[in-house]
Amino acid sequence: MTPKTKLSCRNVWKLYGANPEGFLRENPAPSGGDIQRAGIIGAVRNASIDIAEGEIFIIMGLSGSGKSTLVRCLSRLIEPTGGEVLFDGVDLLRASEQELIDIRRHKMGMVFQHFALLPHLTVLQNVMFPLAVQAAPRAEAEAKAREVVELVGLKGREDYYPRELSGGQQQRVGIARSLVTEPDLWFLDEPFSALDPLIRREMQDEFMRLQARLHKTIVFITHDFEEAVRLADRIAIMKDGEIIQVATPEELVLNPATDYVAEFTRHIPRSKVLTVGGIMTPGTQAEGLPVPAAARVSEVAEQIIAADAPRPVCDADGRIVGSIGRTAVARVLFGAGEAA
Amino acid sequence: MKAHLTRQAAICWGLVLATILLGWFGRDLAKALDARWMVKIPSSWDIPFNTYISATMAWLMEEAAVGPVSFTDATRAIAWLIEQPYELALNLLAHGFLFDPGPEPQVLLPAASWIAVTAAVISLGHYCRSWGLAALVGACFAYLAVFGQWDSAMVTLASVLIAVPLGAGGGLLAGIWAYRHPLGERILSPVLDLMQTIPIFAYLVPILFMFGFGPVSALVATIIYATPPMIRITIMALKAVDPEILDFGRMAGTTRRQLMWRVLVPSASQSLMVGVNQVIMLTLNMVIIASMIGAGGLGFDVLAALRRLDIGAGFEAGIAIVVLAIAVDRLSQAFAERMGQVHHTKPGSWAARNKRTVLVLCLLAVTWVLGRFSPLLLDYPQSQTITTGAFWNDTVKYLNVNYFDAFEAVKIFFLQWFLLPIKKTLLGIPWPWAIAMLTLLGWHAGGWKLAALCGAMSALIAVSGLWAKAMVTVYLCGASVILATLIGVPLGVLAALNRRAGIAINLLIDTLQTLPSFVYLIPVVMLFRVGDFTAMIAIVLYALAPAVRYAAHGVRSVSSELIEAGLVSGCTKWQLLRLVRLPMALPEILLGINQTIMLALSMLVITALVGTRDLGQEVYIALTKADTGRGLVAGLAIAFIAIIADRLVNAGARGARIRFGLES
Repeated sequence: MTPKTKLSCRNVWKLYGANPEGFLRENPAPSGGDIQRAGIIGAVRNASIDIAEGEIFIIMGLSGSGKSTLVRCLSRLIEPTGGEVLFDGVDLLRASEQELIDIRRHKMGMVFQHFALLPHLTVLQNVMFPLAVQAAPRAEAEAKAREVVELVGLKGREDYYPRELSGGQQQRVGIARSLVTEPDLWFLDEPFSALDPLIRREMQDEFMRLQARLHKTIVFITHDFEEAVRLADRIAIMKDGEIIQVATPEELVLNPATDYVAEFTRHIPRSKVLTVGGIMTPGTQAEGLPVPAAARVSEVAEQIIAADAPRPVCDADGRIVGSIGRTAVARVLFGAGEAA
Repeated sequence: MKAHLTRQAAICWGLVLATILLGWFGRDLAKALDARWMVKIPSSWDIPFNTYISATMAWLMEEAAVGPVSFTDATRAIAWLIEQPYELALNLLAHGFLFDPGPEPQVLLPAASWIAVTAAVISLGHYCRSWGLAALVGACFAYLAVFGQWDSAMVTLASVLIAVPLGAGGGLLAGIWAYRHPLGERILSPVLDLMQTIPIFAYLVPILFMFGFGPVSALVATIIYATPPMIRITIMALKAVDPEILDFGRMAGTTRRQLMWRVLVPSASQSLMVGVNQVIMLTLNMVIIASMIGAGGLGFDVLAALRRLDIGAGFEAGIAIVVLAIAVDRLSQAFAERMGQVHHTKPGSWAARNKRTVLVLCLLAVTWVLGRFSPLLLDYPQSQTITTGAFWNDTVKYLNVNYFDAFEAVKIFFLQWFLLPIKKTLLGIPWPWAIAMLTLLGWHAGGWKLAALCGAMSALIAVSGLWAKAMVTVYLCGASVILATLIGVPLGVLAALNRRAGIAINLLIDTLQTLPSFVYLIPVVMLFRVGDFTAMIAIVLYALAPAVRYAAHGVRSVSSELIEAGLVSGCTKWQLLRLVRLPMALPEILLGINQTIMLALSMLVITALVGTRDLGQEVYIALTKADTGRGLVAGLAIAFIAIIADRLVNAGARGARIRFGLES
């Protein structure tokens, strides 16, 4: 069963310059050269993606690749020059201002790179803010806000002001605030990029813990490929406003669409990306305790290498689908597969 | 390349020389060619802008109406709206609430006693920052009481209390409007430019027409004068809000109003408070000028003393304005700072949380009740006041008696060798040549747009029949700016390089800047009598501050890497200053000179009181004759001069910044 598509965009363009709408009307599919000749900047070029319900979809790219612009087109913070954005099958770009406000109040949440906390409000008031603008009953809003503050582990700091908190704590407030309205769709715009590496790691774990509980549909932006690989179900790689490849982390590593993608994946420890299912010998049998096909190689490498014989591999339902031995694991770990 | 550069330089110098020569011999040349129109524009060429404006004004006052509501009804309604809160503040602070305003009014409730008011500002000081601030503002208010300035100061304070919220609130709303609608900004920004460059005197006349002589007119003029910076700062502050915060606000599903008032304005509140502080300072600057159209209080005291040439009284009232300004300024700054800090509300009842408010209210009530038996509690006893008036009078008298010759010698020296040659040159330049040169300069500094602006504005001055007066203005302003630059820039450089000198210079500049401009005039007039030289000294004193400040800032902010690079190359101190620091600080110094020019032009109008013959005098005469057209045309001419100077200097500074790679 394929899961339902939650958010998708079709041929979204965002062009900056003189009369970009007219330009796009005349050339419905301009090439990079056309755009440059017209003196227009193509921030997002012909982006089409489908994001399934409950999926963590990561948009990855270096600065200036248009990933922030794309996510702002998806949430219509920026008006795209052309294309359509379907949210639950409804075109967001046709929504009136009132409808848009309604959708944002109830169905979308967003976390920002620099937290975007309101400096004059306490933690609790910040978290309550989205409910307050909906004019929700105060007592109810406060109870709800206290609940999410506790969820992100900030209980006891409700009356602090943002500037009294560390960066990691501030981002926890940002996360709590984006969750307080129980949105279906959760945008995270480089949420951990402004944090120290150690805190970043901790926040990523925290994020996975939350998602395991909440099952939101997530659009996550990052410029850190390691982070993307760690968290993503699927990754879209952007360059110069174009989406180059959309794939699972494993596919990206195994079959990079271009040299640019390959360059990204080269320095990633492959054992952390490849799954047992991806490198097993399918259809074969083996003795011993089965390892799950979805497990990353790095997680099970030690026990496979320590074992004398190949181990069976099972899928999510527990059926044996193949086997995996030392050689396959060693190839991944020690880089013999680099050339593959 | 080199040859090309020198040719360009040769052309520049040639043109400058030609201009000076024309200035010296222009009159003779015109006579020889029998072309008097070259130096004096025939009056038949003038376009009578002033009669047009006066006629429009008369039409507005007598006939203009929208339906049954005439223009005068509208102005009266505005006046009434402003008057109500003002009366309330005035009664509370100065006059007391009267019952039955007949010939023998019965005091229903006297004005708040000086004890209660002083206690209120002290507790405000403590609330905003610390006991230190409380002591400072307490001392300021005690000074007002002890030096017998209390009643006037309270009248002034009442007008400040009304003008500041109206100015700040109006400025905020206008700024928000401009932020929301790009068109609004495009409309407002030239209006703001004009409002800030037209001398205040020029718009006093129309205000007088619309609101009549009295405190309301004064308040309206004050608000018009004090609001523009608030509008600018509001636009800037809203634009400077982190775009992520803006995105967040929209993603939270805020309506436009919620986004503005619950997200943007609170996020920008710190910068907005800077604007409020500006409004307060400008309101206090306006105190004396406002008294010309009916504001009472300290400003009126200064003006009256100036007219009597009573230095002592003028000085004391002037200092009282400064003292009041210091107290209000420090309080508002501390309040702004407090808003930016973290404050956790303490639990407890309202009274327990607001002990200071309760205390002040109690004091107020107690002094009101007990004041019936002992007037001491209500008014500071007159017999206990101190005055220093006699001291100032005696000092000036002593100086005049003993050093008259020395002062006279200085004055004549400057007139003969500095002022008069400049004046003669400027007045002699044929006006078509001057317009051509300005246009060329504009083209050189900022392209054809600036050239068109310079050409059009100078041509407008020429056809309005004010060319000669405008040249006198340029001469007085130019001479003062040259002098202020010659004094100010070295002082600024010294302040930046030597810490101890810096402290002393800063103190001097702070004092000069907080003293109301009129206060300079009194001693200078007493020592040098009326005339151009006196005006120049007053202008230099008033306009010195930015030259010093910007130079100091520019020299200080030269990057330390460049200084180190210079040191490593073996520069001596002088070489470091001459080759590294000064060139890098040049753009900043130019901006300082620009500010100096603006201040000089605004002071020029005030010096009309000491008998200059320039546009300022024209505006002042228009004010005394209540001639709207004449005042506005002369005021606009001053504004045009200011705008031309501002754009040219700014373009120059920008050019320098681009050359140094500080701006692209």
